[in-house]
Amino acid sequence: MTEGSRLYRLFWRLPLIVWQGAFFVVPVLFLAAMTFWLVKNYRMEPDFVLTNWEKVLGRGVFWDAYWLTLFRATLAGILASLIAFPAAYTLAFRSSESARRFALFCLIVPFFTSFLVRAYAWQVILAEGGPINAVLGGLGLGPFAMLNSGFGAMVGYLTLVLPLVVIFQTWSLSAIDRNLIEAAWNLGASPRRTLFRVILPAARTGIFVGAIFAFILTFGDFVNPFYLGGSKPPTLSILIIDTTKSGQQWPRAAVVSMMMILTLFATTAAALRAAYRGRG
Amino acid sequence: MTQSRFILSRRTLLKSAAAVTLSTPMINRAWAADPVEINMLAWYGHAEPDIVGEFEAANNVKFVPKYYAGGDNMLALISQSPPGTYDLILSDAEFVQQLNAAGYIEPMDASLYPFDDFYPEFQKFPGHWVDDTLWSVMVRYGLLGVSYNTDVLTKAEAMSYNAFWNPKLTGKVGHFDWHLPSLGQMSLLNGNKSPTPFDIDEAAWAAVQKRTLSLKPQVGGYFDYGGTFSNLKNGEMLAMVGIGDWITGVLRKDGAKVDSVIPEEGGIQWTESYSIGKGTSKTEIVNKFINYMLSPAGQVKSIEMAAYPGLSPTKSGWKAIQASNPDEAKRSGLIEGAENDPIKMFKEGRIFYRDTPKQQTLEDWNDFWSEYKSA
Repeated sequence: MTEGSRLYRLFWRLPLIVWQGAFFVVPVLFLAAMTFWLVKNYRMEPDFVLTNWEKVLGRGVFWDAYWLTLFRATLAGILASLIAFPAAYTLAFRSSESARRFALFCLIVPFFTSFLVRAYAWQVILAEGGPINAVLGGLGLGPFAMLNSGFGAMVGYLTLVLPLVVIFQTWSLSAIDRNLIEAAWNLGASPRRTLFRVILPAARTGIFVGAIFAFILTFGDFVNPFYLGGSKPPTLSILIIDTTKSGQQWPRAAVVSMMMILTLFATTAAALRAAYRGRG
Repeated sequence: MTQSRFILSRRTLLKSAAAVTLSTPMINRAWAADPVEINMLAWYGHAEPDIVGEFEAANNVKFVPKYYAGGDNMLALISQSPPGTYDLILSDAEFVQQLNAAGYIEPMDASLYPFDDFYPEFQKFPGHWVDDTLWSVMVRYGLLGVSYNTDVLTKAEAMSYNAFWNPKLTGKVGHFDWHLPSLGQMSLLNGNKSPTPFDIDEAAWAAVQKRTLSLKPQVGGYFDYGGTFSNLKNGEMLAMVGIGDWITGVLRKDGAKVDSVIPEEGGIQWTESYSIGKGTSKTEIVNKFINYMLSPAGQVKSIEMAAYPGLSPTKSGWKAIQASNPDEAKRSGLIEGAENDPIKMFKEGRIFYRDTPKQQTLEDWNDFWSEYKSA
């Protein structure tokens, strides 16, 4: 490779490098440094002490929130992937090009509104006096406590991530070479065998990426566990807010944030490795 | 085909000149100097038009608010801002001395404010003064007790904090998500009145934690300002710890069947006070605004504030609301000798002002609050 072509490539890569450096690497390094600072008289002072790490990681509250957040994010990723798949399959294989385009547009439309507004709408729908319980009451069931619960938070999570997961899966399924499916049929594979041996492996990357996005968005979400889950029990994002209220303990909140970032790095790396396993 | 023509006759000229002359006030108004911006750090609602609109128009100023919910949140915001960012700070009284210690506020000239008009209970309010130096001026206050759904609990049932353990409320007791008011009420329930529910030794603090944890099976959630409103209004929560008429008063105006009472064990007083931000160059207009808010007209606005109602610390404020809105005066007890007269309750020793913990750190209380939430 000549010096000129190296410079040419660097020129096109530079914006991404600068952007990531300025808006991701530098803030994360700052956050990491802040975890060693101290708070004196409600002001942060640069220092290098391990007190904040010891204090946060030594508390049962942190680990309770950590495992709960991890569990909910994993569950949301799995549920969203399972619920999205039939819709994505229909859009990829059973719909016309125009119908698929229209459906994808409809999946994007919810992002036009503030998510907070959608969360407030769910508060009304899930309330004991809300429409769902009214219908169930007409059938002689309930009322069920759906709001301010883990169920309510999960409804919110799926509202947030489901359209995104359907889009990822639809793109992935649409890209599958139809000849592979026809070949499977011609060789006598049942629909079920074709799905599990041909379609799912071929669409694996999109399915995994969709699930990872669902996991990431859910893991750091504050709105749903707070407004639909009633902060009961708190997730890591709620714990961050609570920690900052404790006499300006931003360094301890930074420890919680660093633990979240490390977890997301590890999970995403593992998931991407699984998604691209066996591919060049 | 018609042809448009413009002929500047003498009559047209005169008419045009008259029109320009008559519209001069509008032009002057448009050309007037830009309004002076007053940066205010406050609880929600304090810089809304129902409170500051008239003052803005009369003094060519514009309030630029930064709203917070809770004293800790206020300290977080101010600690991240350079000196001089806020000209006027509306603080909960218990955080004034922390603002002072951190150097965020200016000392105030007590002779500029109508302290003679204040009820004696509020003239030298603890936390606002250090020796004879004034750091903050009370503008309004309110009382926290038992807030409940009137379809589910009777007033008699609500007259004790033990109401929160009522089986009718299982899973339906909410908390305003701030440790000070909730834990203060638990402390009152444990009988910690001397000197205050916030000045308790380690044994009493352990008992408060135990009592609070015992409420956990009853709790349906922890809510911010908006969540507290919506969950009480839609009946999702049937009682709420740590709030009072500042929430239920607004909901009642909206037809919700909720109310607040000060129970037998006593109530907690919240107090909102104005301080002048360190380094501001607008002291004069800020002082003018504080006096405006302490005037009878300003106090009526404060009592009727759309975001949440408050009580008046001034005698003239009581008289003004009695004259202008007798129903509201009656509802909020701003009538001397009324059953819910707050001054009477002060005299009876039933009200304790919300404070930061004295024998533990704020962090101790907050850490317990986090543990309670995840228990």
